[in-house]
Amino acid sequence: MSWPEFWIVVLRVVLTFGLLLVATIINVWAERKILADMQSRIGPNRAGPYGILQTVADGLKLFFKEAVTPRKVELGMYILAPFLAVIPAFLIFMMVPWGKPFMIGDHEVALQGADLNVGLLFILAMSSLAVYAVVLAGWSSGSKYPLLGGVRATAQAISYEAAMGLAMVSVVLFSATQGDGGTLSLAEIVERQSGTWGDLIPALEPVLRFIPRWNVIPQIVAFVIFFVAIVAETNRAPFDLVEAEQEIVGGFHTEYSGMRFAMFFLAEYVNIFSMSAIAATLFLGGWNGPTFDQALPGFVSALLPTVYFLLKTYVVVFLFFWIRATLPRLRYDQLMQLGWKRLIPGALGWLVLSTFVIAFRQFGAPWS
Amino acid sequence: MGLLSELIKGLRVTGGTMLRTISGKELVTTEYPKEMRGKPQRFHGRHVLNRYPDGMEKCIGCELCAGACPAKCIYVRGMDNDPAHPTSPGERYGYVYEINMLRCIFCGLCVEACPTEAITMTSLFEFSTTNRQDAIYTRDTLLMDERGNVPHMFPDDELADMDELNTADGWLRATAPAGVAAYEGIQMWQSTPGPADWAPEPTQEARDRRSTEDEPDG
Repeated sequence: MSWPEFWIVVLRVVLTFGLLLVATIINVWAERKILADMQSRIGPNRAGPYGILQTVADGLKLFFKEAVTPRKVELGMYILAPFLAVIPAFLIFMMVPWGKPFMIGDHEVALQGADLNVGLLFILAMSSLAVYAVVLAGWSSGSKYPLLGGVRATAQAISYEAAMGLAMVSVVLFSATQGDGGTLSLAEIVERQSGTWGDLIPALEPVLRFIPRWNVIPQIVAFVIFFVAIVAETNRAPFDLVEAEQEIVGGFHTEYSGMRFAMFFLAEYVNIFSMSAIAATLFLGGWNGPTFDQALPGFVSALLPTVYFLLKTYVVVFLFFWIRATLPRLRYDQLMQLGWKRLIPGALGWLVLSTFVIAFRQFGAPWS
Repeated sequence: MGLLSELIKGLRVTGGTMLRTISGKELVTTEYPKEMRGKPQRFHGRHVLNRYPDGMEKCIGCELCAGACPAKCIYVRGMDNDPAHPTSPGERYGYVYEINMLRCIFCGLCVEACPTEAITMTSLFEFSTTNRQDAIYTRDTLLMDERGNVPHMFPDDELADMDELNTADGWLRATAPAGVAAYEGIQMWQSTPGPADWAPEPTQEARDRRSTEDEPDG
């Protein structure tokens, strides 16, 4: 690796990290503001214009507060758990391409932390790892409410991880038909969603050329299942049984305070953003969109893909908030029923169906 | 699909609320120190000691207010008027007048007890203090000056609204003090603190005429 390449890698990681942090700070504020609007309130409006610095103020406060360590904790795991929550959350976003690659001199800079050829598998691995943080935090706190939260987290994560994975598989299968062989690289999956459906089906070109070639259109059922699964994966309402203030105080983070609590909080919001980004990448075409290369100055059309990516991600993030404001928390058995009786059979059925359609299109009917 | 349609129904409620809140139609919050809500007309706020239009104090130091006070927060001591320079039209005047605002329950019984309408209430309620001494209002703070201006404990405070102190107690405005229905609306006591700007009270002759007109039997 030459020096320029090294610095480009550093630049990519720093940019991705910075984008994620800024987006998270805005997310926390946006959630409070949107929830307030949905409940006829005003929301935070003291710190900065429209309260936009609220997150910074809260972060500073938590940073300077004492991190109390209760007497009965398993110290090693107790201290490790917040880090285990934060690190996978950040690593997940490193896989997401958030802008069009551009050139510095003769080196290409991909706006993506790292383009692994097994990107999707890495994301699945990291999101499974994030559950350990919750479980370990619940267990090592040495207190009954956190333990209950941790136990709930295991069951919930296992049931919804399966549905999420199956929804991803149908996307990967479909995406394999859109280019040269199958791929798990997110950059490649985004690349294959460029253009419109008009390019594929020339007969209906006049109508279809206005409909972008996003995976969400043929894979709408997978998208719905994937969305429900990521809401459950990030422990958001209505699937926030892990925290469930009304039942088990704060769930797994009951015994955490100060900066250690702030790390769990940060991880939750980073997870929301990166999971939404993955939904946008897999289903909504990532950074694809009209860039008007001829009409606009060069740097604007270079920035536009990032803007499209953020817009699509925030649509999904807004759905998170909207659903949180609307739905009450599911009971534990309802959670399990939805996961095992609806989502997993649904995802499996959809996978089989789309496999049949893809095979039919590729090889023709078996009897012919 | 019942689940899904219920979900969409719920989302419409919250989404609609959000749109109505953003457009300001459903927002109920008043951002208090920035914008004030109107107060009811009979609001019981801090007390004020009134004067007659000629500048005489109304208080005659009878201590009926102190006797009526259920919280025992009023302390009055009367003193004989100097015959050459009387402070009040009566024999005595309120020489010491103190109200402990920390004990006061703002029931308004002192106002009802007062025979000369010397003590009334304004609609001012922002008078929190940082020490207990400031919560004991003395004669200097309660008594209005000859122009009808009431002293404010914290005139420099951003919440200090001097006009508010000059708003009279609604109880006086709405009731005929004589208790006779025929006299309703006739100004018999000075209901606003400070010099009067209304027509003088009707003479006894006019009053008699009015009462016989209204009550043919009498």
